[in-house]
Amino acid sequence: MSGGVWMIGHPLLNLLIGLAMGLNLLALGSSRLPSIIRAMSVQGMLLGLMPLLLESANLDWRIILVVLATIVGKGLVIPGLLRRAMRAANIEREIQPFLGYVPSLLLGAGGTIAAVALARALPLMPEHAGSLLVPGAIASVLTGFILMIGRVRAISQVCGYLILENGIYLFGLLLIHSTPLLVESGILLDVTVGVFIIGLIVDRIQRAFDSLDTRKLNTLRE
Amino acid sequence: MSNLLLIIVPLAGAALAAAWPDNRTRPWLLPVFGLAHVVLTFWLFINPPVVAPGDWFGFDPLARAMLPVVSLLFLVCAAYGASYLRIRLERPNRAFVALLLAILGLLSAGHQARHLGLLWITTEAVTLATVPLLHFNGTPRAFEATWKYLLVGGTGIALSLLGSFCLGYASLHGGGGGNLTFAALTAQGAGLSRPWVLTAWVLLLVGYGTKMGLAPMHTWKPDAYGEAPSIVGAILAGGVTTVAFTAILRVRAVVGAAGEGPIADRTLLFIGLFSMLVAALFLLGTRDFKRMLAYSSVEHMGILSIGAALGPAGVAAALFHVWSNSLTKGALFLSAGNIRRAAGSPAMDDVRGMSMLTPRSAAIFVTGMFAVTALPPFGPFFSELQVLRAALASGQGVATAVFLGCLLLAFFGMTRVVFGIVDGRPSPTTRANAKRFVETAGVIAPPLVLLGLSVWLGLFTPSILREAWLAAVAQLFPTP
Repeated sequence: MSGGVWMIGHPLLNLLIGLAMGLNLLALGSSRLPSIIRAMSVQGMLLGLMPLLLESANLDWRIILVVLATIVGKGLVIPGLLRRAMRAANIEREIQPFLGYVPSLLLGAGGTIAAVALARALPLMPEHAGSLLVPGAIASVLTGFILMIGRVRAISQVCGYLILENGIYLFGLLLIHSTPLLVESGILLDVTVGVFIIGLIVDRIQRAFDSLDTRKLNTLRE
Repeated sequence: MSNLLLIIVPLAGAALAAAWPDNRTRPWLLPVFGLAHVVLTFWLFINPPVVAPGDWFGFDPLARAMLPVVSLLFLVCAAYGASYLRIRLERPNRAFVALLLAILGLLSAGHQARHLGLLWITTEAVTLATVPLLHFNGTPRAFEATWKYLLVGGTGIALSLLGSFCLGYASLHGGGGGNLTFAALTAQGAGLSRPWVLTAWVLLLVGYGTKMGLAPMHTWKPDAYGEAPSIVGAILAGGVTTVAFTAILRVRAVVGAAGEGPIADRTLLFIGLFSMLVAALFLLGTRDFKRMLAYSSVEHMGILSIGAALGPAGVAAALFHVWSNSLTKGALFLSAGNIRRAAGSPAMDDVRGMSMLTPRSAAIFVTGMFAVTALPPFGPFFSELQVLRAALASGQGVATAVFLGCLLLAFFGMTRVVFGIVDGRPSPTTRANAKRFVETAGVIAPPLVLLGLSVWLGLFTPSILREAWLAAVAQLFPTP
């Protein structure tokens, strides 16, 4: 194994992951949609920078592609789509979420602590031992779930989904050195196709229902 | 190399459909490419190619045991689709036809994927390709269903990616060199890190289980099947779910090689029984005959999961059930589509007396209902009998009792809905609506063919098929 992988416990990387975990809490505690979108997009850009740090020893075009796609996709394009949908629907705020801001914040904070504990229980390779990647991944996945389940607006739910994906991306960084193809293609597919379709569907729902309130999507039930 | 043609030919068809200028003739591409695919698949089925262990795509015994039925179902649905799209000429069908063909190509890729990452990529692509098909009808209800499908399905995809990463890490932690083909992972076996293998198993079961529609991750299914055109429902229920089942079987083999097979089997058994129970209870309550089909599909996915939990004999029975369920469910979906079109509503409160208005479709629908609730001589009866035998042979007395109880409840639930819409006197609005629908051969023959195939499968299961299922079992449970 060449130099790059040893960087995984790097203090700078841990700082970035710590920031990303802080952004999770910001997204959970905010009632304004623009702040959730901003937290999600800044998190996406932070994540986009990480492969550069990890693989600084052996950068190739695929890593560059992943970095560019992540930063442009998660940091600019998707937030742009969501902001446009938000403006079109003329909404700024979340309305009466299923799960309040304080409870979701507490749940998120508790989840972050639990994530650190859980990551200790799983056997890590020696070079990954000091890294925040695993706790950061688990905490983001949990944050994503809380947002998806606890919020009413379609946009908040999409942000939740994207934060969940960010968590998976963090976990994928553990493997980027050994199985680059799996990780890179996974990340690229997620960024380009999946999310593009979500942007599209938000637009369609908004036009069909004239609102992005998922509580109105309640005709189909038993 | 010819196995790659199974992927390339439909994808080329999709590209052709996307470029085809005429809305009226474009649907004919569906049966043309469907037929080409069936011919290729059965040629490979009879002359199975040699698959090298390191191959990323291969027509291996597991693909051989499942892909032909998907291909067959697609061809029949394609023939139906050509007639269906002719009565829906008011809507542009470019995306519809192109995506259906793309899905066929991606399903062929998914069934043949022998690499953890490729498997995930193909199943994700299938999910995304399905999205525009679900809102083909363009109604608000269809968009609601699509939204739920995207959110639940997207989460499933994300969790299966996380699970794939965990399995990759299990291999890396155990000293693996980053080769993620299933052959390499199985060969590493006990060398895989067990805590990571178990984490991966839970995530992959939830992720691919969402795609299959196992309870409690089934919530997208009634909405999607209820609102999408029937041909899409048939392909989802009989084709797309099978690729997720293939994924679970392949992962289960790796988990078994790592020495955690018993835990995997217990979870599969539990989730299977839970799916059957949830489906049976909802079948007793639903008042919509297309949503009924979705719950019936949840029930049958539960049966597959139970079969997969019961060792070699159970897996062979489950593969048999994949065939019988796909063909029978296809007949039900297509005939339900006719009834839905003629009646103008899927709710049993509005629809009555369809045996007078659409006698042929109603007859197929009733027969299909009996077939899918395991009445002999149809396929599902024999395959479910085999699952039962495997359960009794492995001493699962309680599970067998729950299994039979759920089958009975599902039977009550389905007969209630089906006879509710078939019997009685049609209301004047239904009568007026049904005048616009003609039961042409193009919409009656396809479900009838599927029903015929279901009987044929039950009564005269060809020995080459049995041999294919056993070969797949031998691949999944290698004797040391």
